[in-house]
Amino acid sequence: MTANQADVRRYRPRTSVFWWVHRRSYLLFVLRELSCVFVAWFVVYLVLLVAAAHRGSDSYQQFLEWSSRPWMVVLNLVALAFVVLHAITWFTLAPKAMVVRLQGRPLPARMVAGGHFAAWAVASAVVAWIVLGGW
Amino acid sequence: MPDTITLQVTRYRPDADGPPTLQEYVVPLREEWAVLDGLNYIKDQLDGTLSFRWSCRMGICGSCGMTVNGDPALTCGTFLTDYAPGPVRVEPLANFPVIRDLVVEIDDFMRKLPEVKPWLVREDGEALDDVEFLQTPAEMDEYKQYSMCINCMLCYAACPVYGLEPDFLGPAAIALAQRYNLDSRDQGAHQRLDVLATAEGIWACTYVGECTTACPKGVDPAGAIQRYKLTAATRTLRSFLMPWRAR
Ligand code: SF4
Ligand code: FES
Repeated sequence: MTANQADVRRYRPRTSVFWWVHRRSYLLFVLRELSCVFVAWFVVYLVLLVAAAHRGSDSYQQFLEWSSRPWMVVLNLVALAFVVLHAITWFTLAPKAMVVRLQGRPLPARMVAGGHFAAWAVASAVVAWIVLGGW
Repeated sequence: MPDTITLQVTRYRPDADGPPTLQEYVVPLREEWAVLDGLNYIKDQLDGTLSFRWSCRMGICGSCGMTVNGDPALTCGTFLTDYAPGPVRVEPLANFPVIRDLVVEIDDFMRKLPEVKPWLVREDGEALDDVEFLQTPAEMDEYKQYSMCINCMLCYAACPVYGLEPDFLGPAAIALAQRYNLDSRDQGAHQRLDVLATAEGIWACTYVGECTTACPKGVDPAGAIQRYKLTAATRTLRSFLMPWRAR
């Protein structure tokens, strides 16, 4: 930079704290980032469930009662919505990060993402089958 | 179609006090006119003091990037009729210091670009000028998309991470690093790793994805970055599991 340039006053725009509200894609991005809080909540919830089950049937019953309180149901529904958003955005990202080749040709992005969604569906079906008593 | 359209153009004079202001100009609305033609009309007919950059008028030189109605765009490829009846807001590229009116300071990008060595690196000592490197069409397809970059910096203007963390290497620099990493003639990938796999490099990217939306050349810098994240993570894991084979 020449001395002449350094003397000149630059205008440096500041990024406002609310930069993410003006654009849909930015808003979606911030919601996706926020979803990690709810992913963490589900981990905590699962740990609490396992701990309650471990302590015997009384404490497991208590846990079930606690879980069926309206605010808990609402919290878990909101958390579920965020986790689904997290999963969908994560799987649609997959083809951006991986280039899968089949016989030397790159697989189209839709198929890479489709593979991830299919694996997700299968895993969910297996879990549902176990939980709903098919085991 | 009305025969004129109003442009609201950012004026900033470094020698006068105060932040930038918008000034309105009425220019002819012609079907074949891009926003840049409107600006040139202002400069030639209405107000010679307006400053902006341009050169090729055909989406090649990458110098005419500005913010048009809030979106980063090449003004030579953005047509006035798409904004009729107007008004059209024309502002300098976001996330860069403004020197004057629509002219921004690009030193930061110019400093970052060579850090990723965007040229063919050979480690076997062969002088590039003396040999011919043959390449198959498939090998060229590996990197061709990334080689379309015209350094217009629209992706930097679209990236909120760059706006918040000016140290971020940024979309185009990383995409250009990938352009050479994926070139079969290049041997510099691990030299670039030290610059790319850092907190200011790929790991600063949170995948907003707007760089790819903004890119007028279909480069997909967001894709390049996510792809490199996977490469870098795999390398780290491999050097952890098999330290004797590191690099
Ligand atoms: S990646 Fe696209 S938007 Fe970014 S500088 Fe290159 S051409 Fe411009
Ligand atoms: S004037 Fe060259 S890209 Fe627009």
